[in-house]
Amino acid sequence: MDDAAVETRGLTKRFRGGQLAVDHLDLAVPAGAVFGFLGPNGSGKTTTIRMLMGLIEPTSGTAHVLGRRMPRAARTVLPHVGALIEGPAPYGFRTGRDNLLRYDAADPTADPRTRAARVDAALERVGLGAAAGKKAKAYSLGMKQRLGLAAALLRPRRLLVLDEPTNGLDPQGMREIRALIRELAQDGSTVFLSSHLLDEIEQVCTHAAVMARGRLVVQGPVAELAARAQGRIAVTTPDPGDAARVLKEYGVTDLTVAEDRVTGEPPPGDRDPAELTAALVHAGVRVRAFGLERGTLEDAFVALTGEGFDVTG
Amino acid sequence: MSQGDITFAGPPGARAAATLGLLRSELGLTFRRLRTLVLLGVLAAVPVLIGVVVRIETGDGSPAGGPGAAGGGGPAFMAQISNNGLFLVFTALAATLPFFLPLTVGVVAGDAVAGEASAGTLRYLLVAPVGRTRLLLVKYASTLAFCLAATLTVAVSGLVTGALLFPAGELTTISGTTIEYSEGLWRALLIALAVAASLAGFAALGLFVSTLTNSGIAAMAGAVGLLVTVQILNTIPQLDAVHPYLFSYHWLSFADLMREPVLWDNLYANLRLQGFYALLFGSAAWARFAGRDISA
Ligand SMILES: Nc1ncnc2c1ncn2[C@@H]1O[C@H](COP(=O)(O)OP(=O)(O)O)[C@@H](O)[C@H]1O
Ligand SMILES: [Mg+2]
Repeated sequence: MDDAAVETRGLTKRFRGGQLAVDHLDLAVPAGAVFGFLGPNGSGKTTTIRMLMGLIEPTSGTAHVLGRRMPRAARTVLPHVGALIEGPAPYGFRTGRDNLLRYDAADPTADPRTRAARVDAALERVGLGAAAGKKAKAYSLGMKQRLGLAAALLRPRRLLVLDEPTNGLDPQGMREIRALIRELAQDGSTVFLSSHLLDEIEQVCTHAAVMARGRLVVQGPVAELAARAQGRIAVTTPDPGDAARVLKEYGVTDLTVAEDRVTGEPPPGDRDPAELTAALVHAGVRVRAFGLERGTLEDAFVALTGEGFDVTG
Repeated sequence: MSQGDITFAGPPGARAAATLGLLRSELGLTFRRLRTLVLLGVLAAVPVLIGVVVRIETGDGSPAGGPGAAGGGGPAFMAQISNNGLFLVFTALAATLPFFLPLTVGVVAGDAVAGEASAGTLRYLLVAPVGRTRLLLVKYASTLAFCLAATLTVAVSGLVTGALLFPAGELTTISGTTIEYSEGLWRALLIALAVAASLAGFAALGLFVSTLTNSGIAAMAGAVGLLVTVQILNTIPQLDAVHPYLFSYHWLSFADLMREPVLWDNLYANLRLQGFYALLFGSAAWARFAGRDISA
């Protein structure tokens, strides 16, 4: 448990309306990981995060954050946690700086003597230094997200919980936020990043958990998850027809031919792909390139859930 | 479970100091807000309005009504304004206490928690982590500060308007005796404090309403609706038996500070009633807020 930044056992939340938002979730987030919490909209990510942060009470099951039971230990745990939950929420009629001063004043363990300096440092860190004196209602969505991030960075944190921090941003804004997240992870914080974007998780995270309809589908290191998705064999050749025939004889399935490229699922069992190249050459197929394409997290998701990762809403 | 390395060693009293810091932040949030300033501005206008009307009515300089006429609150004070501007303070407080003054308190108290919930800022305060009990205490303290500020706004506006439009000098108490102007000023301050304290019970009720919903508007409307209901109940004679339990039952007791000697009984009864309301609805607000799911 000491090594887990976040650990849940059978964590369940049924809302009063009867909606089962999170269903027996067993999460284990290793300390130091950049943990992607992936799932389509409505899959229970925010509800899980609210339970981790002590905002809502689980219906059953337990949640430990930094080794302590939540929500019971909120007072001691949360000063070590920076969080962005379901979008930023600044006081619109106050300046960006005033917002951070207030959130810092809310933390009884934050040192008031260093408050002004820490607020300015956080604003600089997220690139809001120049806009610090502007009223938050005049901020763009991207600036509000940054302000939310700045609030999470007011103090050195052992854990950062970021719920869809790039939601609603343009590609440039997304890149900037992701770069910032990588930086933060390098500083040694565990990052718990929820997202409905597969490529975001693939780009940023070391570990991931996949949610679907309140249930955990799979979790583990991103590389392992991606490896679970079988790679595809790809042959580039001026003789695609012959190549497809030979590959089929050797048990390659799901063959597709596109111009000079033939791809397919490798045959079941542990056959060495080298046998395939030998067979192709033996049959007189001219091979320009032969390779095993690496699986992506998206392939893994499709393979695991049997459904596409289509995002609605 | 391991105790981990999560420890907080702060100097003794650091937590109390931190709570003062939060209170300062809360006061800044309340009083640097346009809505609050508008409410205070409207309250400040009331004594000016009364003063101008009385001045026009008695434009020929003849006093309107004799000193120390009938007992009771407002009307007796009103009649004396043209004799002594200080009575404008008492009149304005008596005029605003039944509805205007608590209305503004209902807006501020109702919005206290629900407004943060609807803006989404509540979840960020809670993960800061502000502590739910601590937040509620600070919200109540700042609402009480608003009660005081609102009352003082009426009082000061009445004092200034009265001094500009009417004579100053010795004044006649409800008991018919005469007191110095300086003594009158002290009484005015005491009256303002008594009026502010009169609002403490309703402020707690408003804060409780504020913990019931995630909509600031709904909470404000709820608190003000309760105020209107109670003030209507207060006028129904058939409900005599209930009246002593309504938070506004002793509201006009502040007039007793203008007797010579001061009659303290009703003033104390009012403080007890307000304290009772503050405890009752403060506890209810805590019970509701401490374990509530914050899903806004
Ligand atoms: N306060 C609530 N009351 C009832 N149902 C809710 C509440 N919050 C979320 N839900 C439902 O729980 C499910 C999970 O929602 P959420 O955790 O917000 O998903 P995500 O963050 O993955 O998009 C959704 O079906 C949503 O409608
Ligand atoms: Mg969400």
